[in-house]
Amino acid sequence: MSGESLSLSGHAKTVVEDWSSDKQAFNVPWGKFMMWMFLVSDTFIFSCFLVGYMNVRRTTTDPWPYPSEVFALELFGQNVPLILIAIMTFILITSSGTMALAVRFAHFRDKEKIFKLMLVTALLGASFVGMQMFEWSKLIAEGVRPWSNPFGAPQFGSIFFMVTGFHGIHVTCGVIYLLVIARKILRGDYDKKGDYSIVEITGLYWHFVDLVWVFIFAFFYLW
Amino acid sequence: MENVATQQSENHEEEAQHPIGVYLKVWILLFVLSFFSYMVDYFDFQGMLRWTLIIVFMLLKAGFIMAIFMHVMWERMALITAILGPPLLLIFLIGFMISEGLYVFGNRVDYMGRPAAAERIHVADVLHHDGEETMEEGH
Repeated sequence: MSGESLSLSGHAKTVVEDWSSDKQAFNVPWGKFMMWMFLVSDTFIFSCFLVGYMNVRRTTTDPWPYPSEVFALELFGQNVPLILIAIMTFILITSSGTMALAVRFAHFRDKEKIFKLMLVTALLGASFVGMQMFEWSKLIAEGVRPWSNPFGAPQFGSIFFMVTGFHGIHVTCGVIYLLVIARKILRGDYDKKGDYSIVEITGLYWHFVDLVWVFIFAFFYLW
Repeated sequence: MENVATQQSENHEEEAQHPIGVYLKVWILLFVLSFFSYMVDYFDFQGMLRWTLIIVFMLLKAGFIMAIFMHVMWERMALITAILGPPLLLIFLIGFMISEGLYVFGNRVDYMGRPAAAERIHVADVLHHDGEETMEEGH
């Protein structure tokens, strides 16, 4: 029953082998696989939001506001377009980088480094949420509401608050998740079994939050 | 055959442990790609060029995050297909959204007498009149 008789090669052969050899199909810790399944389902939620947003934006006959002007900030006496969102993007990417390093040090079971890197990741995530709060307050002060805004199509407000709010909740949950796991790592909760795969699982969630932001940044802020 | 397979997956795990340089390079690359996509807005590219560039940079960033940061590159193909297969169906949803959107927009223009191309509103004009913020003219 080896793959040779199927005349498949490379990656296709490994799929056939994994599914047909009367064993667990996915050769990863179950927690990691469950996290992946959660992320795939979450992908569909965010996709529904973004597809719904695009549909609303295409069908409205009211003018769509200029996102780069709405999210501009005045810096050093100059109006810089979209600058806050750009900074938030860089912060989130940096936090993904520190998380990737934490996952790397999990392979060496280096508790101190894992803890510190996860803490830095959580702090960057918290600052992202803080900037989002600033952005929300600024827009609310300017009169943007879920049902109307002074810059154009009223749907702009509802989509903005829903999509960035839902993403912000994900970041907030991620920060809490990171802090809880970082503390458990430092306390040595995972030393009995020597299984540090929880760091990679937490990392998957965090990178996903970054991944979603890439799509929101492209479709909502830049489009 | 089975031995070779396990050997390969072990090798892959080893690879996943070592490359600290890979993470740093991807990190810098994501910075550069984000900077480029920000430049698309800064230089105010419009129309097809804007949308194409946005999507290209977006897909590159998403690809690198998944492949390297989320370790998809080092996973077995069975897991990769389980992760990436279902979301491919979204292409159909996007296709339906586009065709349905065009139809609804046409209806609104035809039957509700709405303008096909409305003038977009500049933020500076609105806020300047309210006197909430002083922004430079000519933006």
